[in-house]
Amino acid sequence: MGGKHYLPLTDEDRREMLAEIGVESIEDLFSDIPKEVRLQRELELPSAMSEYEVFKHLNELASKNKHFNNCVSFMGAGVYDHFIPAVIKHITGRSEFYTSYTPYQPEISQGLLQAIFEYQTMICQLTGMEVANASMYDGGTAVAEGAVMGCGATRRSKVLVSRSVSPLYRAVLDNYFNSRGLDVVEIPIKDGYTDRSELEKKMGDDIATVILQQPNFFGLVEDMEGIADMVHSHKALLLVSADPLSLPLLQAPSEYGADIVVGEGQGLGVPASFGGPLLGIMAAKSKLVRQMPGRIAGETVDNEGNRGYVLTLQTREQHIRREKAPSNICSNQALVALGAAVYMASMGPQGMREVAEQCLQKAAYARESITALKGYDDVFSGSSFKEFAVTVPGEPAELNKKLLEKNILGGVDLAPFYPELKNTMLFAVTEKRTKEEIDALVRELEGWK
Amino acid sequence: MRKSKALLFEMSRPGRQGYSLPSNDVPEKSLDELLPKKVQRTKALELPELSEVGVVRHYTELSTRNFGVDTGFYPLGSCTMKYNPKINEEAAALPGFAFMHPCQPEETTQGALELLHNFEQGLKELTAMDRFTMQPSAGAHGELTGLMLIQAYHRSRGDHKRNKVLIPLSAHGTNPATVSMAGYDVVQIPCDDRGLVDLDALKEAVDETTAALMLTNPSTLGLFEEEIIPMAKAVHDAGGLLYYDGANLNAIMGYTRPGDMGFDVVHLNIHKTLSTPHGGGGPGSGPVGVKERLIPFLPVPLVSKEGDRFYLDYDVPETIGKMHSFYGNFGVAIKAYTYMRMMGAEGLKEASTDAVINANYLMSLLKKTYYVPYDRICKHEFIVSAKPEKKKGAGAGDIAKALLDRNFHPPTVYFPLIVDEALMIEPNDTEAKETLDAFAATMEQIARDIDEDAEKVAQGPYNTVVGRLDEVRAVRNPVLIWEKDKE
Repeated sequence: MGGKHYLPLTDEDRREMLAEIGVESIEDLFSDIPKEVRLQRELELPSAMSEYEVFKHLNELASKNKHFNNCVSFMGAGVYDHFIPAVIKHITGRSEFYTSYTPYQPEISQGLLQAIFEYQTMICQLTGMEVANASMYDGGTAVAEGAVMGCGATRRSKVLVSRSVSPLYRAVLDNYFNSRGLDVVEIPIKDGYTDRSELEKKMGDDIATVILQQPNFFGLVEDMEGIADMVHSHKALLLVSADPLSLPLLQAPSEYGADIVVGEGQGLGVPASFGGPLLGIMAAKSKLVRQMPGRIAGETVDNEGNRGYVLTLQTREQHIRREKAPSNICSNQALVALGAAVYMASMGPQGMREVAEQCLQKAAYARESITALKGYDDVFSGSSFKEFAVTVPGEPAELNKKLLEKNILGGVDLAPFYPELKNTMLFAVTEKRTKEEIDALVRELEGWK
Repeated sequence: MRKSKALLFEMSRPGRQGYSLPSNDVPEKSLDELLPKKVQRTKALELPELSEVGVVRHYTELSTRNFGVDTGFYPLGSCTMKYNPKINEEAAALPGFAFMHPCQPEETTQGALELLHNFEQGLKELTAMDRFTMQPSAGAHGELTGLMLIQAYHRSRGDHKRNKVLIPLSAHGTNPATVSMAGYDVVQIPCDDRGLVDLDALKEAVDETTAALMLTNPSTLGLFEEEIIPMAKAVHDAGGLLYYDGANLNAIMGYTRPGDMGFDVVHLNIHKTLSTPHGGGGPGSGPVGVKERLIPFLPVPLVSKEGDRFYLDYDVPETIGKMHSFYGNFGVAIKAYTYMRMMGAEGLKEASTDAVINANYLMSLLKKTYYVPYDRICKHEFIVSAKPEKKKGAGAGDIAKALLDRNFHPPTVYFPLIVDEALMIEPNDTEAKETLDAFAATMEQIARDIDEDAEKVAQGPYNTVVGRLDEVRAVRNPVLIWEKDKE
């Protein structure tokens, strides 16, 4: 019998319990299920295995995959191979945290509630915003829910989104808006950046939110000057999807007038895990808090005046407001947010700045080295943070195959997302990469074709 | 017991360091050369500065101020706080899973895709569905995905007048919230005095504007909707679809399957039924399964198999698009798959059996002391109403606080909304008889305490690190982040 060690009832227990209940058999407890829908056979699933056998099977599956520990990765597009301090998994592995539910009973959940409160504070310190929630599912859903929040706050039903925002996020946004009967209008890009004149042309008093990304999907740093003023002159909101790891160096979104800041928090010590669980960050100006989806922890006092924390402003949420709630979100990514908080607390302002600077320096070195090669050219000009797009002399998939022979995970092919960008790849360089690894990549690129 | 805890920010000392990074070994350029001055941050970055041991002790102390399934009995109704097997965690942490990039070439992800494929086969058999997407990251996200699929199905048939979704009054709050998110109107269906969906009211409500019925079966009252066959017929006859909220699938594994009951779309809360930890509020995972006719609308990519090769399949002709940046909470799927392989068919059925025995046993113990409004065979959970205790001066919320003092996590309180002073109790398959006996004895003691001094019970808890917290104050005067100047 499989999983027996998870099921404490003995046969004798079951007999005694059935007697106490006052039924003859287990079958009597299921007599309320109509015969017509009863499964008349056993489930056809693989037989149970022992713990050792299951682990062996899982280990076999895992060993068929390549990963950051046996390859050198230059992949990005929203998920990166950043350094993860060892402390994180030891803290998120404390079972008082990971085996708990959403902290509905605050007196025995002070640990998690305080950790969320501290996470909210650190997200606000990074972004310059005034409130943050306990997390969204990922960067894509954070963009979509942030856009919905903007519609709620302005009572308008149309948003503008730059084509330099991650196409993965825009796909989620389109889906959320299409279902709800809200409109998404794209702002074209010019030389890799949001086309300012197109943005101004499309802007109007019916727009709820303008959605930009910083750095944008191509890794380029957008010029945000004057955008918020223009957006605000139409009583609309500026939503920015920001890479939190760029924020120690780049302007805090509050500095250029953003109203809502979302982003993918995977860089904050979260394992890439084939794209999930990730971490959706959401922060905003405090006047928007009533429209904000998700859990929010707040400070209060107990009946003796001691400081403590609770989930608060819950009248926004589905379990109270039901169909009038701004979002249906319930479970979020709390444990991932805890890990991100441990990351930020460990790195501190110096560590986070050093990570950002190394990303900037190393990506710049790689970009310069690669584009010095014949056949590899910069697609766009201007500053990039840790990613850059280059044209390559052939099929990206073939190049990646060749790089794989040297255990290098190459760049991301841009053509599936931007059909006009044929033979173009997005390379990401994090603080983990060394000069030697970058030079090895450059050598392989040089020798190709 | 009262013990305050400093915040990270209050322990910060300038210059203290909790990290170690490799040095920059590429030729360095000046910052201004790489980044125009005007895009550089000028606002000071105020994050706490701690040593590594400082960080570890802080969070370790916080963990001692938190209660998990590993701490003790956690009968939180509808949340299925069963034991989270440790092997699940080990499996998900394997570097070959945890450190994979989602855009890696297909030949380097075969093990991950095979796992997702195998997991999908298991879920299909468990639910009698024909295809699954793993993209939804939680139950509510699954609900939204499911309603979007139903919407796409109706729209594809040129059927645009369906603007209503029917929901029983006993439903989770996520159901009506999801209906609004998908742009539909909610129609509430009452329950009859047995606690079941009122079939006549349902028949009355369905018409050509019905997009779907959303149903949790067994319901949040822990009762199996015995009239599921005529209910399904009524909805289908009117051209609507049936959506199964899988929050309570843990009660019926191997006994019956949503697809066999007539459901067209299901979501599973694998962080409930399939033992993955809830993490204090996620990450969960809410895979959505559909019957054949809804497959063309599923989010991309699906995981498909051709010969021995597994691949991400974008060939879904009428796809609704994407629900997640990548493929959902893969790390959670690993844990649930590990559990399914540990349990096998027989083990999963036994888990449901024991969940139902435990719930009925605990109900029969508690009904000696407390009022049980729906006194009939239940499935995985049951409801106690503390209305009589409330009259004496201590209600459901106070009983919950009294349980905190006795090292039990309380049941879900004040839900479902259709029962006054509800305590929703779900004891799970992984609890021993002795635990249930001890819990029942404690509940009896609390009832006696209320008889003796209800006021005292209403002032609890007494043995926790903080006393009863002022939630009204937190709303009236929101303090949502720590601010230096305010301290």
